[in-house]
Amino acid sequence: MSEPLLRVANLRKVFPGQGTADDLVAVDGVSFDLQQGESVAIVGESGSGKTTTARIIAGLETATDGEVLLDGKTVAGRGIGLLRAGRDIQMVFQDPFGSLDPRQRVGAAIEELLAVRFRQPKAERRARVAELLEQVGLDEQHAGEYPRSLSGGQRQRVAIARALALQPRLLILDEAVAALDVSVQAQVLNLLIDLREQLDISYLFVSHDLAVVRQISDRCLVMNEGVVVEAGTTADILDHPGQPYTQQLLAAVPRPGWVPSRRAATA
Amino acid sequence: MNLLDIEHLRVDLRSRERRGAPRTVIHDVSLTIAPGEAVGVVGESGSGKSMTVKAVMRLLPRRATVGGTLEFRGTSIPAMPGRDLARFRSQLVSMIYQDPRAHINPLRTIGDFLIEGVVASGQMNRAEALEAACTLLRDVGVNDPQRRLSQYPHQLSGGLLQRMMIVMALLPSPELVLADEPTTALDVTVQSEVMAILTEQIRERSVGLLFITHDLDLAAAVTDSLAVMHAGTVVERGPSADIYAAPRHPYTAALLASRPSPTSVARPVSIPGRPVSAFEAGEGCAFASRCPYAIGQCRTERPEPRTAGTRTVACHRSDELEAVLAEGVRA
Repeated sequence: MSEPLLRVANLRKVFPGQGTADDLVAVDGVSFDLQQGESVAIVGESGSGKTTTARIIAGLETATDGEVLLDGKTVAGRGIGLLRAGRDIQMVFQDPFGSLDPRQRVGAAIEELLAVRFRQPKAERRARVAELLEQVGLDEQHAGEYPRSLSGGQRQRVAIARALALQPRLLILDEAVAALDVSVQAQVLNLLIDLREQLDISYLFVSHDLAVVRQISDRCLVMNEGVVVEAGTTADILDHPGQPYTQQLLAAVPRPGWVPSRRAATA
Repeated sequence: MNLLDIEHLRVDLRSRERRGAPRTVIHDVSLTIAPGEAVGVVGESGSGKSMTVKAVMRLLPRRATVGGTLEFRGTSIPAMPGRDLARFRSQLVSMIYQDPRAHINPLRTIGDFLIEGVVASGQMNRAEALEAACTLLRDVGVNDPQRRLSQYPHQLSGGLLQRMMIVMALLPSPELVLADEPTTALDVTVQSEVMAILTEQIRERSVGLLFITHDLDLAAAVTDSLAVMHAGTVVERGPSADIYAAPRHPYTAALLASRPSPTSVARPVSIPGRPVSAFEAGEGCAFASRCPYAIGQCRTERPEPRTAGTRTVACHRSDELEAVLAEGVRA
């Protein structure tokens, strides 16, 4: 196999405990590869370390140990500062209400990135903004609007357009469709599926929703308490889960004939 | 007699501005809950689910005007005098909210929180209430209730805290529980546990449950009957299993088709546009602009809910579309 686009090796993150509290090991020895054009999902419950892993890869968090290589170059890891990957790795967050500046028009929010990164003349930037908005299913008119006049689904489209503006090679989507209404979630999910076909971009998709993961990823990693408990092709893992934890996750998804069940009580 | 009867509920909100027109937030909601029955209300944001609950509890803002009937055991809720309303709210109905952390005082212990209501309403004294809370905590699978009672909210996980909300809700032995997205903020495994506890307690005590959620799969699995809401109107109502297997309203069918499949890779069928709120709905059917089956009549004339067998559907074309919609679910 050729050199992977992204290689994560023995990633570890410890948040020091405050006062008398113990240190918290959020990510404990996570390793995986992601090929060019591939879509890999990280699945897990809250506190499993999936978001911390994604944030380290994006350069938003430092790692305690291990390293992250993009095209063979170290972009994160022990002793590496923040945001080393530059524009090659971009991230889309869960909350489309919190990730846009309420006082900046949508077009300006995208153009600003282009101005800083590509130093194109104004006319070219304008054209590129229109192109990006069209790519995510919005039109030029939306460029003049403020985030408050857009719906949740439209805002998430803008967030995706901003991330794509810098032509990243890897897009990290952290619960990017979790906050949307069901009917709109399907729209954005389909948009992401189409974009990957058009743009030859890779996804790292962080989610707790196994049905969404099924649709969008080729391979997936199941994380629990900072450790990858199971990894493989998405179809394999969801159809034939090998680990009890994965089986438990799958059994908890509501479906026809499903009866909620009680485990032993835990804290 | 039904526990709760809602018929043609309509809620208008007067605008905050002087000359603003009033906004209709609920157009037409009808539903009933029998003792021991679990009824699900499903809808997207802005569909008026939470407003319906607020109307039942009489917690609507002052600028709201309520039309239609709202009855608890045959007694009109809007007409209840103060004393009855206090008893209704404190002993007959309980509420469980989506985010337990937002509804609990972080500076008081769990014990204080659990017994505050029943002690204040004079149902029990402190010692009795603590005793009852302990018993109930054991019932919902909390092993060391004594220790939990002296802990503070920040020491408990989200799932455990939501169980405390269930205990708080059940402590006054209410006849009706209103649960507004009680598991939306929880992980799936915790959701499964909390729902198991909630449905088990509801069944054992023969309490009525109004279960509000946006998750059609979850609602269909844990309720007896369903009301699907769109833009302030119940567009379809009937037994949960029937609605899930063969929806009669295009919106219900579209909702079912838009969920990503957990078992196979299949492109979810999205509904064009975005969910509309009740006040944005024009003359005709509020779903017409997003509906693939809309005809001229749909855009000019609002469909009235019509009852056929066990179902009530508000759609001009529900009869002719029956076979088409059922086909869509199977595909």
